[in-house]
Amino acid sequence: MTHHNAPPPTLGCRSAPVLKERGQREVFCGLTGIIWLHRKIQDAFFLVVGSRTCAHLLQSAAGVMIFAEPRFGTAILEESDLAGLNDAHAELDRTVEQLLARRPDIRQLFLVGSCPSEVIKLDLNRAAERLTVQYAPKVRVLEYSGSGIETTFTQGEDACLAAMVPVLPQTDARELLVVGALPDVVEDQMLGLLADLGIGPVRVLPARNIDDEMGVGDNTVFALTQPFLGDTHAALVRRGASHIAAPFPFGDEGTTAWLAAIAAEFGVSDEVFQRVTEAPRRRARQAIAQAAAPLNGKSVFFFPDSQLEIPLARFLTRECGMTALEVGSPYIHDSLHGPDLDLLPAGPQISEGQDVDLQLDRCRDARPDLTVCGLGLANPLEAEGLSTKWAIELVFTPVHFYEQAGDLASLFARPVRRKDILGVAAE
Amino acid sequence: MKLTVWTYEGPPHVGAMRVATGMTGLHYVLHAPQGDTYADLLFTMIERRDHRPPVTYTTFQARDLGSDTAGLFKDACQDAVDRFQPEAIIVGASCTAELIQDDPGGLAETMGLDIPVIALELPSYQRKENFGADEAFYQIVKSLAKPMERTQRISCNILGPTALGFRHRDDIQEITNLLYELGVEVNVTAPMTATPADIAKMGQAHFNVLLYPETGESAARYCEKTFYQPYTKVVPIGTGATHDFIAEIRELTGLTATLDTDRLRQTWWSRSVDSTYLTGKRVFIFGDGTHVKAAARIARDEMGFEVAGIGCYNREMARDVRAVAREYGLTALITDDYLEVERAIEDIQPEMILGTQMERHIGKRLGIPCAVISAPVHVQDFPARYSPQMGFEGANVIFDTWIHPLVMGLEEHLLHMFRDDFEFHDAAGPSHHGGHAPKPSGGASGGSIEEKAKPEVGTDVMVWLADAEKELKKIPFFVRGKARRNTETFAADKGLTEITLDTLYEAKAHYAR
Repeated sequence: MTHHNAPPPTLGCRSAPVLKERGQREVFCGLTGIIWLHRKIQDAFFLVVGSRTCAHLLQSAAGVMIFAEPRFGTAILEESDLAGLNDAHAELDRTVEQLLARRPDIRQLFLVGSCPSEVIKLDLNRAAERLTVQYAPKVRVLEYSGSGIETTFTQGEDACLAAMVPVLPQTDARELLVVGALPDVVEDQMLGLLADLGIGPVRVLPARNIDDEMGVGDNTVFALTQPFLGDTHAALVRRGASHIAAPFPFGDEGTTAWLAAIAAEFGVSDEVFQRVTEAPRRRARQAIAQAAAPLNGKSVFFFPDSQLEIPLARFLTRECGMTALEVGSPYIHDSLHGPDLDLLPAGPQISEGQDVDLQLDRCRDARPDLTVCGLGLANPLEAEGLSTKWAIELVFTPVHFYEQAGDLASLFARPVRRKDILGVAAE
Repeated sequence: MKLTVWTYEGPPHVGAMRVATGMTGLHYVLHAPQGDTYADLLFTMIERRDHRPPVTYTTFQARDLGSDTAGLFKDACQDAVDRFQPEAIIVGASCTAELIQDDPGGLAETMGLDIPVIALELPSYQRKENFGADEAFYQIVKSLAKPMERTQRISCNILGPTALGFRHRDDIQEITNLLYELGVEVNVTAPMTATPADIAKMGQAHFNVLLYPETGESAARYCEKTFYQPYTKVVPIGTGATHDFIAEIRELTGLTATLDTDRLRQTWWSRSVDSTYLTGKRVFIFGDGTHVKAAARIARDEMGFEVAGIGCYNREMARDVRAVAREYGLTALITDDYLEVERAIEDIQPEMILGTQMERHIGKRLGIPCAVISAPVHVQDFPARYSPQMGFEGANVIFDTWIHPLVMGLEEHLLHMFRDDFEFHDAAGPSHHGGHAPKPSGGASGGSIEEKAKPEVGTDVMVWLADAEKELKKIPFFVRGKARRNTETFAADKGLTEITLDTLYEAKAHYAR
């Protein structure tokens, strides 16, 4: 039996007018990505060069402290470091030496720029070059910015991956490179699907270890698993690689479209494609049908957070029966988000950027059944009677590909179900 | 530059947020880049507040730096005043904005707002959260409070409670009731619960009750100097301190109303025979200075513990905590580096830790039970039930909280007696903790005997012989660390290089109590 998704809407959102706002943004900065990146890349250490605020953010954003000696830390700038930049470089060298002596297992060190390090123009690029020479070949030192003045939340991962692209070796091999940090279990499922389709070898960026790293070149084709990798996309294109544009692999439809785009690139037959995808598609549909029942006919409003908003709105509207009222994203890139916008039925206000008080006004007027927002807004909106889904959980939970499609639907369904349950109990 | 993984305190502007969020009718306009809004979730998630903190962030970006960040600040300030219509605003900079030197105070001054504008200068690269709260509250009081006629009845202000404070919500209720029973009315409680208008009438009170020196002492000193209001020096945490606090209030006011202490169960609970097992338990105490000082007194005088180590993370309190440590024959550990705290705990091998959430994690790692006595806070530190630390109910709460992590009296004996029972063995941990018990058999634990007891070069060529090592393993996990340490110290004192079964029992006899 072959499943077909609903046909694309006659009018999608790709050409819809975008409300661009500029004001107070209730979002994390790019440093937050370190919380998952330091678990993903197992021989890397992330050293933020910043302030006490940066350290406090990292320990607060995670919500939990990972006391199994996390592979990240903050070199907190002090008054004396601000006085002279040469001294700051010397201090940084000293800190790195201390760190690498304590963690001999570290093979990659990321110096992560922050708002203060950028404002004082501490040249971490220079520092990374100097330290790479000093610690080669054992440790590679790279730098990127996770600062709030440059990056919003998931852009930190983008900046990190983009920083790795220039140092990847050159290759002429025709290889598929899949880009985006996924939970290991999801990554393994994806690799299994691609292997079953007969596509290989498949490389993954970021690799779990420096020794697993891949080459890149004119014959490399790459697919993104995360919709926030604009700079990495550009960096790979600069290395000659070509992008396979596709909707992002959320839900049955997104996963199928994503795999189909890759399958087409590698000349996989329809027959093989159907055979490989049929069973997981059936499971995904079944799981979504069960999990998404409470969402059917309900409305959803997205505050900008992770750039996952557009693909998720597509999933909720086309596979869970929801209506989107507003879909806010911190940034919208047509080359990345276009395929999802094509599928998202016209109707919702698409917004980019944020002026949080104005957006809260719109949200209160719209009275959505479900509001997807950051942790700073969730409880206040709940107290006003709106059901909310904290957006950060969507980044910290395995949600990609077929086997997680039901979990993804339940993440959204749980607050709605909960409200029903508690409503009954209260009467 | 200081390499940091976890911090006990946030930056100073977070302290100022704690003041602003505790108050109503006050708004904080913070010159800050995108991302600093993470601090909102401390209040909405950890404390489960149902309102956003009253903070407007200017959210400047890299591209604004070359142009007009000052204009951005003024716009944000005007928008905030128009939208939220506060009675007063505080303005300041976060760490990044401090570097671009826009002078938020000066800018706001030029805007001709018709409400008080209070400028905060919080040096982000030198000071921390508690300083930020203390300084913000002081500036607010200095700018809003005016000399006033005293109230007719004897009244006081309660100073220091903030949003995100460790049990502040319940402490102020407990102490307000206590003061009421003593015949003292509370004029203003601030910063938490106060409006700017309330702050303005602080001068009406006859004296001040300073509950949290970390966040209220500068304001208390200012009021003493300016309004001639004396302030209390005793923080009423623990039974003894609460009695001293009552005596201090009577001394200040001349009131003599008697007090009903029926609710105070802690004293009998401590004296009842079931609590005998608490005697001499070695505890390590770490947290903010105020809570540590109080905990030391409770531990020794009200629980019958032995204070084996003590310290605090806020240097502002170093002098006080050092003095307490001397009184207990100890040297205080003053540090905000949790790795240093962890090393100290490993070294001392206490039977229990009274610490913060950081020490709770350290305790989990080392298999040492821990009760939380101080900020930094965690969502667990905001229980739904009434749970003060101060006053008589606070003493009851503390008794319960501190004994909860321990293996209880009779269970402790049974574990000693039948060590090899397949279900009821020490590795299962306290039976009332279900799956959350420490797992001493694995890796780093109270035992940590697996690594440490092996003949190793690290400990001055001290060798545990097999029979002694085997016997040590039979000792329940919650005292095994101590037994190992005592035995090794004993052996070292005797100049022994081998620890035999006899050495173990010689040491046991030597340290018997």
